[in-house]
Amino acid sequence: MIEAKGVYFRYPNGVEALRDATIRIDDGELVAIMGPNGAGKTTLVKHFNGLLKPTKGEVFVDGVNTKEVSIASLARKVGYVFQNPDHQLFCESVEEEVAFALRNFGFDEAEVERRVTWVLEFFELTPYKRKSPFTLSVGERKRVTIASIIAWNPKVIILDEPTLGQDYFQKEKLRDFILRLRKRGGTVVLVTHDVEFVSELKPRIVLMADGRVMADGPAESILTDRAILKEASIFPPQIAQVFLELVNVGLPKGVINVEDAKGALLRLLRSMRS
Amino acid sequence: MTIIRANGLTFTYSGQLRPAIEEVHLSIEEGEFVLIAGPSGCGKTTLCRCLNGLIPHFYEGELKGDIFVTGLNVKDHSIRELARYVGMVFQNPENQLFALSVEKDVAFGLENLGLPRSEMMELIEWAMKAVGVYELRDKAPYELSGGQKQRVAIACVLAMKPKVLVLDEPTSSLDPFGARQVLEVVRKLNEELNMTVVLVEHRLDLAVKYATRAIVMNDGRIVLDGDPRDVLSSKEAISIGIDVPKVVKLYRALQEVGLTLSEVPIAAEEMVQLLQEVLKR
Amino acid sequence: MSFLDVLEGLRFKKASSPIHKLDPRVKFALALSLSTLALAFKELLALIALFTAHVPLILLGGVIRQWARMMKGASLFAFFIFLTNFLFIHFHPGYAALSPTFVLPISMALRFLTIVGAFSCFFLTTSPDDLGLALERHLVPFTKWLIERVPRLKGAIDPYGLCFAFIASVRFIPTMVEEATSIVDAQRARGLELDRGGLLKRIRGYVPILIPMVINALRRSDELAEAMESRAWGAVKERTSLYELRLKKGDAIVMALTALAFAIAVYVRISIPIPL
Ligand SMILES: Nc1ncnc2c1ncn2[C@@H]1O[C@H](COP(=O)(O)OP(=O)(O)OP(=O)(O)O)[C@@H](O)[C@H]1O
Ligand SMILES: Nc1ncnc2c1ncn2[C@@H]1O[C@H](COP(=O)(O)OP(=O)(O)OP(=O)(O)O)[C@@H](O)[C@H]1O
Ligand SMILES: [Mg+2]
Ligand SMILES: [Mg+2]
Repeated sequence: MIEAKGVYFRYPNGVEALRDATIRIDDGELVAIMGPNGAGKTTLVKHFNGLLKPTKGEVFVDGVNTKEVSIASLARKVGYVFQNPDHQLFCESVEEEVAFALRNFGFDEAEVERRVTWVLEFFELTPYKRKSPFTLSVGERKRVTIASIIAWNPKVIILDEPTLGQDYFQKEKLRDFILRLRKRGGTVVLVTHDVEFVSELKPRIVLMADGRVMADGPAESILTDRAILKEASIFPPQIAQVFLELVNVGLPKGVINVEDAKGALLRLLRSMRS
Repeated sequence: MTIIRANGLTFTYSGQLRPAIEEVHLSIEEGEFVLIAGPSGCGKTTLCRCLNGLIPHFYEGELKGDIFVTGLNVKDHSIRELARYVGMVFQNPENQLFALSVEKDVAFGLENLGLPRSEMMELIEWAMKAVGVYELRDKAPYELSGGQKQRVAIACVLAMKPKVLVLDEPTSSLDPFGARQVLEVVRKLNEELNMTVVLVEHRLDLAVKYATRAIVMNDGRIVLDGDPRDVLSSKEAISIGIDVPKVVKLYRALQEVGLTLSEVPIAAEEMVQLLQEVLKR
Repeated sequence: MSFLDVLEGLRFKKASSPIHKLDPRVKFALALSLSTLALAFKELLALIALFTAHVPLILLGGVIRQWARMMKGASLFAFFIFLTNFLFIHFHPGYAALSPTFVLPISMALRFLTIVGAFSCFFLTTSPDDLGLALERHLVPFTKWLIERVPRLKGAIDPYGLCFAFIASVRFIPTMVEEATSIVDAQRARGLELDRGGLLKRIRGYVPILIPMVINALRRSDELAEAMESRAWGAVKERTSLYELRLKKGDAIVMALTALAFAIAVYVRISIPIPL
């Protein structure tokens, strides 16, 4: 469980990136943090594994104040995949890259090897195992960074802009991985601008603007609330845009993806016929 | 007037075995707004690089076939000559602004062309106003948001009065609002100045309504080319893995269960109208 | 107080003050005169006068806070200079006869602070853009002059390129600081601990940080080159410039006053003995 209480954060250059941000994420939740560029999303999630400590306020991870423990011990629990894969890749092979953190955390070599094999398989990266990460495409590089963090099996995984520069199939794969992680009981926190990607997953949504949490709730209600979305510089998903215009003819509110839209339309048509 | 013409264009980066683009035939008329889509690695960026001479003058490799832009053979003209005809906007907003103020950045290209000050002033002011960054003229790049940076990048090439504007995933790191502002600016330049636009985008839901033509690439080749509505609603587009707008997906999903709408929608408003028709019946 | 904090003491912030408006060359001449004089005198009274002479500039320029920061950073070095001089004099009694034990060490520390202060004032009130302009304005004719004399250098020096490199490096400092922070964070999030273990382990700990930094820097320079080419870099032999430096009346007055003060100081140095 992660709990941020009235967190303020100021960067050394004077930018106040968080102003009274409060949020609580329970075990096993799927949360998407959304909001305009510069809202403070990245700054907030960097507090979850202790990379940043609040200027004012407190952050607790499983009841422990992040100010009182080392980053390394927090990182074991909270894995964070950075926005830009090029900020972390440095090894000669994909395999080494994935083993790096495991060695830092002191797993023995047999365990390292077992986990590397498992995670490369899980992310369909086995064919690239001996390739240099720098020769891979952006989508593949991103997948290597995710794998390098899932490898130590953190309780919580934070993905910062996971869909950036990825094509449709790569996004589908990513969605699939997220669902599989959830099945294994993991907590997943997404930071993203991609409403269409989010609308398929239907997570809990936390909207941020100006360093504050300004809305928090299920995707179906947040992503169909035009007024709130506007404040966070987001447009509703396309399907929601359609359905919001059609509530007056009897379509339900809160429909945000194609599957649900199809179901709702068929149901309405059937009831009209009978 | 045909402004871009490619004949059997094939390019292999040096050191690579397979060509990045292969046998590309393309002809674009002045004033068109062409949207290029396709899966990662299919050669979209490579094609863009051929349009302003980065290929073959900056990137080494083997270029076969011909490409003409505004009647100039790209092979025979340097990038700096072509810069007056083709403006190129890149994906990363950060690495295409080099000066310490917006105004100086917009001036950069004109200074390179050796224009006198008075002439420069006029062009800079015009370009900054056209993309709506005039108020930001004294700001440094690190004081701008991503969307503002991308609009400044457009102003930078616009000041050189190019005939063609090429944008390679200009909105990929922007929030939806910033993305829309950038695309609105591009649309305005296309409509009001009749500027030819070549836009590469992954996010089709925002971009498709501005385009007059859509091209889908796969494996280095152009596989679909035509009216955006036809291209995006084709079975092939989905099977290649194009992120077609959700309304098109819904249209297809309804079609599968026997409900065929009278037309393929590509924007939310169109879908609203089509569904209203059905539900009123 | 970290190194970055001291750098902050050199970072230009936009403002409009009489000092900011001065021509960069005039300000440079001012800082240079002050420093030269600080080196020419070793008498405490003279150095106090020189140090106080640059304070009005700081006040007029409205950069006291950053200047104070810089001074705080420099004071450690100043103290060090004081200490070495003091010990030196103390243990070499022959020198003590020259002046009372404290005076010379204080003068030497003050000399250092004057030079740092003068240049800090210069950088704090001069925009890198202006600096680039000044550089371009003088570097271009200078290289031309040089190449006329040493034809071999033709093609080896590109004055415009040098000026561009200067501006771009200033422009990218904030970006690179942010990038470096992000890289360090990304590796610490993967359990890298930089402050644990023996020396060798610590040095090895920097590899995962240095490699991404180098790779990102290389990629950036490629992308920059691509963007510059696409905007006609080098299309004509003589680039023009949106702004040109022009000496205004105020500049001329300040320049004249500086020259006068400098001349007087030189005269004093040569012919009037200062007691302390
Ligand atoms: N290392 C840093 N030093 C100084 N300021 C920073 C740093 N990182 C971020 N900021 C500033 O803090 C604010 C919040 O930034 P943050 O990166 O948290 O936003 P974000 O919501 O993640 O935005 P984006 O969608 O662009 O990733 C911004 O104004 C940003 O400029
Ligand atoms: N500078 C280069 N040197 C060698 N190979 C390259 C270079 N740039 C691209 N390639 C290769 O050329 C092919 C086409 O790449 P390109 O960047 O044009 O694709 P893209 O469609 O723009 O992909 P994305 O959507 O990921 O940007 C890829 O296989 C890529 O690995
Ligand atoms: Mg962010
Ligand atoms: Mg590309």
